Amino acid sequence: MDHIVIIGNGIAGITTARQIRKHSDHKITVISGETEHFFSRTALMYIYMGHMKYENTKPYEDWFWTKNKIDLKKAWVKKVNYSNKTLEFEGGESMQYDKLVLATGSKSNKFGWPGQDLEGVRGLYSYQDLEYMEKHSKDIDRAVVVGGGLIGVEMAEMFHSRNIPVTFLVRETNFWNNILPEEESKLINRHLFEHHIDLRLATELKEIVSDENGRVKSIITGTGEEIACQFVGLTPGVSPNVDFLKESELNIERGIVVNEYLETNIPDVYAAGDCAQVAEPLSHRRAIEAVWYVGRMMGEALGKTLSGQKTAYKPGIWFNSAKFFDIEYQTYGLVGNKLQDNEGQFYWEAEDGKKCVKIVFDQASKKVIGVNTFGIRMRHEVWDKWLKEGKTLNHVIANLDEANFDPEFFKRYDPEIQKAYNGQFPDEQVSVRSRSLLERIFS
Amino acid sequence: MKLVRTSGLIIFLLSFGLFLGLFFMSEYKLTEEIFASKVKPNHQELLKPEMSKMFDKSYSLSIPFVNQINAAVDNVNGQLRAEQKWNDIIWDDYSGSLTKASAGGLIVDSTWLLFVLVFIGGTIGALMFILPQVQLAGPAGIKHNGIFFNALNNRGWVGISAGTLLVVFYILIYFYDAYMMNWIILVEPLKKLINPAGESSQWFLYGFLYTFAVVVMGIRMLVKYRHSKYQMVRTASVMFFQLAFAFLIPEILVRLNQPYFDFKNMWPLDYDFFDAWHIDMLTKSGGIGIFMFAWGITLFVVGVPTFVFFFGKRWYCSWVCGCGGLAETAGDPFRQLSDKSTEAWQIERFLIHGVFVFGVIMTGLVLYNFFGGDFGFSLNKWIIVSVVVATAVGLSLWHMKKYPDMGSKKVMTVAGSIAGFVVLAVVFSEVSVFKKYIPVDGSNFNFYSYDVRTVYGFMIGSLFSGVIGTGFYPFMGNRVWCRFGCPLAAYLGFVQRFKSKFRITTNGGQCISCGNCSTYCEMGIDVRWYAQRGQNIVRSSCVGCGVCSAVCPRGVLNLENGDESTRFTDPILIGNDSIKVTE
Repeated sequence: MDHIVIIGNGIAGITTARQIRKHSDHKITVISGETEHFFSRTALMYIYMGHMKYENTKPYEDWFWTKNKIDLKKAWVKKVNYSNKTLEFEGGESMQYDKLVLATGSKSNKFGWPGQDLEGVRGLYSYQDLEYMEKHSKDIDRAVVVGGGLIGVEMAEMFHSRNIPVTFLVRETNFWNNILPEEESKLINRHLFEHHIDLRLATELKEIVSDENGRVKSIITGTGEEIACQFVGLTPGVSPNVDFLKESELNIERGIVVNEYLETNIPDVYAAGDCAQVAEPLSHRRAIEAVWYVGRMMGEALGKTLSGQKTAYKPGIWFNSAKFFDIEYQTYGLVGNKLQDNEGQFYWEAEDGKKCVKIVFDQASKKVIGVNTFGIRMRHEVWDKWLKEGKTLNHVIANLDEANFDPEFFKRYDPEIQKAYNGQFPDEQVSVRSRSLLERIFS
Repeated sequence: MKLVRTSGLIIFLLSFGLFLGLFFMSEYKLTEEIFASKVKPNHQELLKPEMSKMFDKSYSLSIPFVNQINAAVDNVNGQLRAEQKWNDIIWDDYSGSLTKASAGGLIVDSTWLLFVLVFIGGTIGALMFILPQVQLAGPAGIKHNGIFFNALNNRGWVGISAGTLLVVFYILIYFYDAYMMNWIILVEPLKKLINPAGESSQWFLYGFLYTFAVVVMGIRMLVKYRHSKYQMVRTASVMFFQLAFAFLIPEILVRLNQPYFDFKNMWPLDYDFFDAWHIDMLTKSGGIGIFMFAWGITLFVVGVPTFVFFFGKRWYCSWVCGCGGLAETAGDPFRQLSDKSTEAWQIERFLIHGVFVFGVIMTGLVLYNFFGGDFGFSLNKWIIVSVVVATAVGLSLWHMKKYPDMGSKKVMTVAGSIAGFVVLAVVFSEVSVFKKYIPVDGSNFNFYSYDVRTVYGFMIGSLFSGVIGTGFYPFMGNRVWCRFGCPLAAYLGFVQRFKSKFRITTNGGQCISCGNCSTYCEMGIDVRWYAQRGQNIVRSSCVGCGVCSAVCPRGVLNLENGDESTRFTDPILIGNDSIKVTE
């Protein structure tokens, strides 16, 4: 029986622990200095917004860990001594391990802006960040969020929920335009304006200005405009949280370099989740993918390996989702912000400008490559199958209602989409059909 | 707009304050004429010496007035018992009729005016508070900002006050209706409008307030969920069934000299359906009565299995039912307060199935009695007390042993509270309120068939479904009764669990375990536990309100009816080709 020690109690570390427990009797210890128990990091925003309490964000009840003999230790690891397999904690204690899993997650990026370490300036990743935000955003007149990605829009929504006016600086010409194509980006731009977010596109941060007490009092944009504010959310992305592991024999580039079995260069040391950098990623995946689902899937594979069934990490078709204020977004397969040379696209937008579907396909074979859907829920299972089986755009459009995952009674847009398709692709007609209410009820 | 909203709140609070204030705004004077007209001739002689002390005396509050009337009856009965004149004992409850006839002052002189101020004013205020949200709260979408910071929604002082008020209100309705005579008189004009020959009672008051709450808070629900057609249709449905089926149609039937009948209510929730008086009333009312009787039986024999098979129990619980209607409208602000722990689920299964079994046995005995049989036994009350206490202790110990990691605090609390209450009721069975409901004579329980029905009505019908079921909304969420007590929900749940096309599906691998679904599940189902492992949610308690699906930020949950064979499948998360992730 080995002692498997996991640093980090996020989704990657916890999934690893649970899978090991499911398949073996090894002694498991999960270490975190952040919180005693596993919570859903993606739900931090909802605590600030008053939708949930911290307790509600814990996916398992507290007794789950004792029942499943997963030991929890709340401490920060200072140093790992790989040669004698020992961890040193801040505070002086140490712990022996037989196998070590590094699931240390990410940290918020900072790009050396003047004033980035002032009081009232912070990113959002950890529970401590949330506490900081809570403490420093009481009774403020304005917050500025810098960085137009998923965490940025979350932070904007958080402040907005407390009636704090938000200025949102986005470097790209449209929101999240480094990932989303222009039409989708613009759709979200509009929605942010609809929520009275002071969205500043193509605007960079030049400097954060301090008051006499070392607290932020304003920011200055790239064009020299000064905007008074009492909190600055820095959200220009995240990078692997590996600083305390550097300057050792562990191979770290941007993240901890791992092979397909999530093994590092040091025997019995593994890495999973945001902090891992896959040495040779599959063609449709990136080396570092800091999303919830990747942390979970790596944990699933690694947990199996550590239970004795060596299992390679092989992620399938890419998928992701998010919610921008009231608009939900899902994506399956690969939709880049710009079409590749071989790609063509079909785009439909609803009349209200708040729902859209984009399907990217290979022009030669007409096989679908990916989909973005805003405001309409689609079935993961169906899209995964279509993409795996290489279905054509025509097949997908003709069978679109199979993929619909909206609640009953919701308006079905399939006929509208099919009509739009017939208009855009006159050579590839599909029949426009909508199932009757009765048909749907008794399906 | 904000000003409209604030003014609306003020108007509503004024109306509400006036309503509460009306409890105190009246005077009561019993006169010889009233006495002579309301008391049966054979009782007049007995009661007059006691009650004449009250004649022409003015009372400014109902409570001492009612107490004095009850004391008079009690004194007379005590006397009769002492003299062993069992046949003369007065069983009539004169407190209501005498108090109503003796009331005077503001509430009697200006009933219509007060009715308008309270209910029309209250409606206008409430709508002024609710409707501007269409614009103020921003674009349509989930509106849960600040719920856990709010003193009403998160067991703060407003929530505690509201809950306390509700509990007191329910206790008054069930056990001390004469105290609230002012409120009963307040709705008298409406009663007369519907049925000129009718008399307002605490039940008419209750039905009216209930419908009022469902309709006004239903409008709030329609505004809040205007982005979700499922929620809008469902809310409109419960509003309609409450207003038409539960409130208006029965009243109109009575006006047309037909039996009072709620066509959407059914056994075993409607626990007096098989009471002798009810069967007699229906079967002696000609064709329509027979139809009602047959309808009531068909509904639970054929209707429940058929509709639950196609749609799940939601067709009733969150589309039709009155209890569900109140929970889904007035109760919506409290849905996040339901307990999601496994321990709460264990307690739930024990209680709701316990009530179901109790209800079935009770009905069996009532029917046995109806067909001429009787059945009785006596038990020393201390044996009962010991058995109840031993059961509570035993269950707690068993739970501690079986689930050592859980702590068993909730099991102990619930078992202890129920046992404690039963012990109190038995020990003080000779005292006022319990006397009517707990059949103890000396130190013996005397159980005859109908006594079981009385105990059920008291413990389940009044205390559980009313006082706790609704009074505890602000403490334990809006489905306390539906989740822990309703025997019909238990029955619908059996069918839903074992023979139905309904399930909540999870969308591939998209769950991020955020917890919104579990938090806002009014039935306390830990929806996330299923969603994050990719397993269909098939739970007998799910009432299909659809809010988990509505609050999900990643489009993971959907209420669906589909082929039965695809219902119980292995949990599966899509997107990882490393392994087939079956948990």
